[in-house]
Amino acid sequence: MAKMMIPLGPQHPALEEPESFSLLLDGERIAAATVALGYNHRGMEKACESRTYIQDIYLLERICGICSHSHSSSYVQAVEAIAGIEIPKRAAYLRTLIGELERVHSHLLWLGIAGHEIGFQTLFMFVWRDRELVMDLLERLTGNRVNYGMNTIGGVRRDIDSTQTEEVLKALDILEARTSYYIKVCTEEQSIIGRLAGVGKLPREDALRLGAVGPVLRASGVRRDMRKDDPYDAYSELDFNVITDDHADVLGRTVVRVFEIMESYKICRQVVRNMPDGPIAVKVPAKIPTGEAFSRYEAPRGEDIHYVRSNGTDRPERVKVRAPTLANLASITNMIEGGYLADVPIVIAAIDPCFSCTDRMIRVQDSRSGREDRYDWAGLRQYSIDWYKKRGVDLSQTKAAWKD
Amino acid sequence: MKGTGKMIPLMLRMLVKKPDTILYPAQKAHVEEHFRGALKFDQALCIGCKLCMRVCPSAAIEIERVSETEKVFQAYVRMDRCIFCGQCVDTCPKKALENTENFELASTDKESLRKAI
Repeated sequence: MAKMMIPLGPQHPALEEPESFSLLLDGERIAAATVALGYNHRGMEKACESRTYIQDIYLLERICGICSHSHSSSYVQAVEAIAGIEIPKRAAYLRTLIGELERVHSHLLWLGIAGHEIGFQTLFMFVWRDRELVMDLLERLTGNRVNYGMNTIGGVRRDIDSTQTEEVLKALDILEARTSYYIKVCTEEQSIIGRLAGVGKLPREDALRLGAVGPVLRASGVRRDMRKDDPYDAYSELDFNVITDDHADVLGRTVVRVFEIMESYKICRQVVRNMPDGPIAVKVPAKIPTGEAFSRYEAPRGEDIHYVRSNGTDRPERVKVRAPTLANLASITNMIEGGYLADVPIVIAAIDPCFSCTDRMIRVQDSRSGREDRYDWAGLRQYSIDWYKKRGVDLSQTKAAWKD
Repeated sequence: MKGTGKMIPLMLRMLVKKPDTILYPAQKAHVEEHFRGALKFDQALCIGCKLCMRVCPSAAIEIERVSETEKVFQAYVRMDRCIFCGQCVDTCPKKALENTENFELASTDKESLRKAI
């Protein structure tokens, strides 16, 4: 039978965000796959350079709607390292608490999506119902459900009091009971095991060679976690395990994530019980001295890297973000090659992709001539007018909605 | 198939339980205490330093002098820009700004999105 190339995306019902996969099919099996990035570029790194350090926190927090605290924490860590600031201990504990609650809600969200992708809508509905508990808790502690705005340079913005501590512990008890139930479902329910076992295999050597991070790497049996390997915030003082699994498939990634949620509860309890007293932030001048710093943070999806370079003003000279999905995208082709077409949505979903977080730069290159093209505003407008004119639509009289 | 249907008992229990969702907007949505919602401005406290305008990440707040003779100021917020981060509230040296728990801010008229608070 002849091989056939089919596109998956950029717009596809199985993908939450636009991303293009080209699959070469040999019958039902995938012979080769390629990934094309670049549908979500938002110019955030460049926008950071025209905003102050404080304003950048809120911009970078909006890189991702799920691991927002991870991105802002990673950024402020880099800025604090340049300025040579040590944050108060209480602030470090509070950042850890929010970071772990974020991991809980992110992994629960993923479990629901995985249920949805394999057609197990019941799991999806119930997991998302229980995820609301942790969302409400985050809203109570920080003032918002998604973009918490907890971090500031030199510490955190909000303190928690004794009643909130009690509420956290009470909510953790309920969540722990519900999560134990989901662990039972995920590890015993034969329809889940039958669907996920052996799908999207990524052997240990391949995972290391392709630079996978986070739960994807840990599910291939590699014990790597920034919270242990390069401890930040309060992690060096806390007792927790790094969850690994030897399945090296989608089932392994599910197991790693659900057990990681339980570890997060353990961390949250320790943080709340051992929270030191004291100030929650130190004052930092608006102008940051010249220097550069590199910061690593274990986001729910894996290692998140921020690089900041300063030039002595109140604005950074360069901010570079490497979201965990970019590291995991390299191994996606490896996971889907040799598998079935019907497995592709769940294999892609199993890296917990966040394509908008990933896209950083666009290079427009003509695939035939290899020529690179760059446009300014007016040039791009003229190009679009010409493009439509060739197809019989005249837009040259349309007023631009922006000022040139 | 053996070992399947683990969630059926939970599903059956839900048949006799009340729904977990609410009928918004007929039912009021619950917002936690200290939620960062719409801004509130206290004219009597504002000294017109405009620090809020300088720190705002999305250029959403504007402070204008309303009186020729006295130092009286009015704050305008562009709701289409505000990201509800609350940095202006943190920065204000006189505590003239504050976040309320109001989140029902949608409007069908674009002009009304810039409003005096």
